[in-house]
Amino acid sequence: MLKSTRMKLNYRIVIFALAIVFGIFFSAPSLFQLKDGKKVTLGLDLQGGLHMLLGVKTEEATKSRIKSIAASVKNFSNRNDILVDSLKFDATTTSFTLLDVDDIESMNDFLKGLKGLNVSLVGETYSLSLTPEEIIRTEEQAVDQAIETIRNRLDQFGLAEPIVARQGDEKILVELAGIKSQEEEQRARELISRAAKLELMAVDEERNARVYKMSASDAAAYGDVILEDVKNPAIKYLVREIPILDGNMLTDASMGFDQNNRPLINFKLNAEGAEIFGDFTGKSVGKRLAVVLDGQVYSAPNINERIGGGSGQISGNYTVMEAKDLSIALRSGALLAPIYLMEKRSVGPSLGADSIKASMVALIGGFILVIAFMLIYYRAAGVIANIALIANLFIILAVMSLFGATLTLPGMAGIVLTVGMAVDANVIISERIRELIYEGKSMHKAIEEGYSNAMRAILDANITTLIAAVVLYAYGTGAIKGFAITISIGILASMLTAILGTHGIYQMLESRIQKSHNNRFWFGIKG
Amino acid sequence: MEFFKYTRTFNFMGKSKKALVLSVLLVLASYALLVTKGLNYGVDFAGGTIVQVKYDKTAPIDEMREKLKSNILFDGATITEFGAPDEVVIRMKSTTGNVTVDVGDVTREALTGTGNYTIRRVDIVGPKVGSELKEKGIMSLVFAILGILVYVAFRFEWRFAVASIVALVHDISIALGAITLVGLDVNLDVLAALLTILGYSLNDTIIVFDRIREGITDSRNVALSDTINESITRTLARTTLTSLTTFFVVFTLFMFGGEIIHAFSFTLLVGIVVGTYSSVFVASPILLWFGFDVKNYHNKLAEKAKREAEKQRMRDQYESGVM
Repeated sequence: MLKSTRMKLNYRIVIFALAIVFGIFFSAPSLFQLKDGKKVTLGLDLQGGLHMLLGVKTEEATKSRIKSIAASVKNFSNRNDILVDSLKFDATTTSFTLLDVDDIESMNDFLKGLKGLNVSLVGETYSLSLTPEEIIRTEEQAVDQAIETIRNRLDQFGLAEPIVARQGDEKILVELAGIKSQEEEQRARELISRAAKLELMAVDEERNARVYKMSASDAAAYGDVILEDVKNPAIKYLVREIPILDGNMLTDASMGFDQNNRPLINFKLNAEGAEIFGDFTGKSVGKRLAVVLDGQVYSAPNINERIGGGSGQISGNYTVMEAKDLSIALRSGALLAPIYLMEKRSVGPSLGADSIKASMVALIGGFILVIAFMLIYYRAAGVIANIALIANLFIILAVMSLFGATLTLPGMAGIVLTVGMAVDANVIISERIRELIYEGKSMHKAIEEGYSNAMRAILDANITTLIAAVVLYAYGTGAIKGFAITISIGILASMLTAILGTHGIYQMLESRIQKSHNNRFWFGIKG
Repeated sequence: MEFFKYTRTFNFMGKSKKALVLSVLLVLASYALLVTKGLNYGVDFAGGTIVQVKYDKTAPIDEMREKLKSNILFDGATITEFGAPDEVVIRMKSTTGNVTVDVGDVTREALTGTGNYTIRRVDIVGPKVGSELKEKGIMSLVFAILGILVYVAFRFEWRFAVASIVALVHDISIALGAITLVGLDVNLDVLAALLTILGYSLNDTIIVFDRIREGITDSRNVALSDTINESITRTLARTTLTSLTTFFVVFTLFMFGGEIIHAFSFTLLVGIVVGTYSSVFVASPILLWFGFDVKNYHNKLAEKAKREAEKQRMRDQYESGVM
């Protein structure tokens, strides 16, 4: 009882105690893996996962824009009985010639409705290309649409919290945690990158018999393309280059089963698509319709009658998993432009677990070493410094949990390093106090002046380290950012624990230290 | 426990010539290594692919090499043990842009028949990303040094700032030399370690400088070398202690942190040793050689104090006048 009355409460110790409570409270969910409360997120390098930077081939988006313009010109002229000759397109332009000069007016009206076009008319020959602004807009849209599409697809893939974000002008960052195997990872990548471009195309029945003797350029001369069968690439089809309709008009796709219980995909078209589809099938009874997905023919059934209602099926040789992924891809829409891999970092879950184990061993080992060292060298002052060090670890973890920061392997290294650096402040302070005791100052003076003398150096030293950490954060990528974060939080927390906290403890114990006259016990020095 | 008694002042500046020779030799040797052998850029900066494979027994490296010959994608690929005999990394220059089937998948297929293995890590860095990371890396070093230069110049004096930067360049050079000597892959983690060395070495230097500043301001002695010797001696216990504790933890990281963090902890280990040395034997003597004039500094301080006093007097007068 007597002893405790000698201990004075002061504002520093109160703040320190609050900080410790804060640290323990908010780090508990992460430490003990509680169900409730915010937890530290483990980086992909620790829990395993896939990180990718994807590029978008935006020039392909403009190409397909041109192609779809050709398709709409064709649809328009078919519907209005306008006779159009040599409708062609290449990478930048669609061109065609009107057979009847009287149709120029209605064609012009129609083209005016299409935005962003450069239309030039020489005689009866039109050539259509995109305006420069439209090209930029199309490319921009291709990236936006790719992000949106990939996000939609991944949301349905079944992994928790996929990250899909734009990085820079045209890069897409994809991060997937919790992937269990290389096979699953590849499945995810396949889903992401699949163009999922559905086209319904007319088989050119007049020339299809000769398809095996034709080259691609022969086919192009007739406005056709040669496509392979998905199951057997040896089977080839000659189809009209401009599709009857494409996946834009798709409203839904889902997996189903045929009468033999094999998986297939059912799709539905919107009203416009249904009308075009109905018109086409009505006109083409007895011919074949090719169901083309990403440039491969999945089936080419005979058209027996006009098909209204706008729904259809894609049968193929898929497993249930493939059919499911494919219907996800179709549902979330086609990629306007293909994507390609710029950077990939993939860590298997077992490696992540190994990394956690190894860095925990290093953390605990280093921690014990430092604590023992401080104890031997400084005695009671060492105990005080160690209390601050332990509090520091809790606070780092608490702050990271609270802000949902990501703990990476370099971040773990940062914490280990912080253990070494955080005691530095206490070393500086303790050395100053020792000096002042040697100079014969009173305990009160030694402590107060010790702190104020040490303060300037500690501040300057910490601020310069912070400068390096901030630069590292600004220029670092991925896991390295995690290092900058833990170092920064560690430094800031050490100001609270190693400086303010220990000062509070000394002030509280001051009269006791004074009365004991045992500098060996308190500061590990003689006298 | 005490490492050093404060009763005796060590004559560090007396040894500064010898230290200079040592430093110059080390830095020159580092540059010679950098020029002749060159830094070994890893995939992060050079672009390329790393595939880490773990077997359930000792990895059949020869057999793997034979298998990888089948595909030109693996031209010039190297296979090295990674931490344990059952684990290897395959490094290659080639990268692939295909998202669905990448060079990691091709490797997995190619190794079929070499035993039971799992692919634990695949890093693919395309050439564009690699050069971007390199550019960013250099920028980060430059900006960190600039930021520190400005801060120290602001807090101390320009000569202190230049001296600390010289010490930093000294440390980074020797660390790079050591990395080259050992032939470590320079990746993002090594860059992070270099930036940490910047911060760490500067910490040490600033603690000493702070003492020197204090010594200059407080004492009447105008011989800078005496003040420096005394300041270094007084901070020696702290320098040794902090370096030791930091060294301990980084050493445990180096020993037990796993192969993947090896390059990082090695760079830090070198940096801690060199950084501690440079704060005593590089940064402080430079102050001396730059002709930091204590008398001049005293005069400046006195003048500043006088100006402050004058201002205060004026303010007092003004206030009393208004009253």
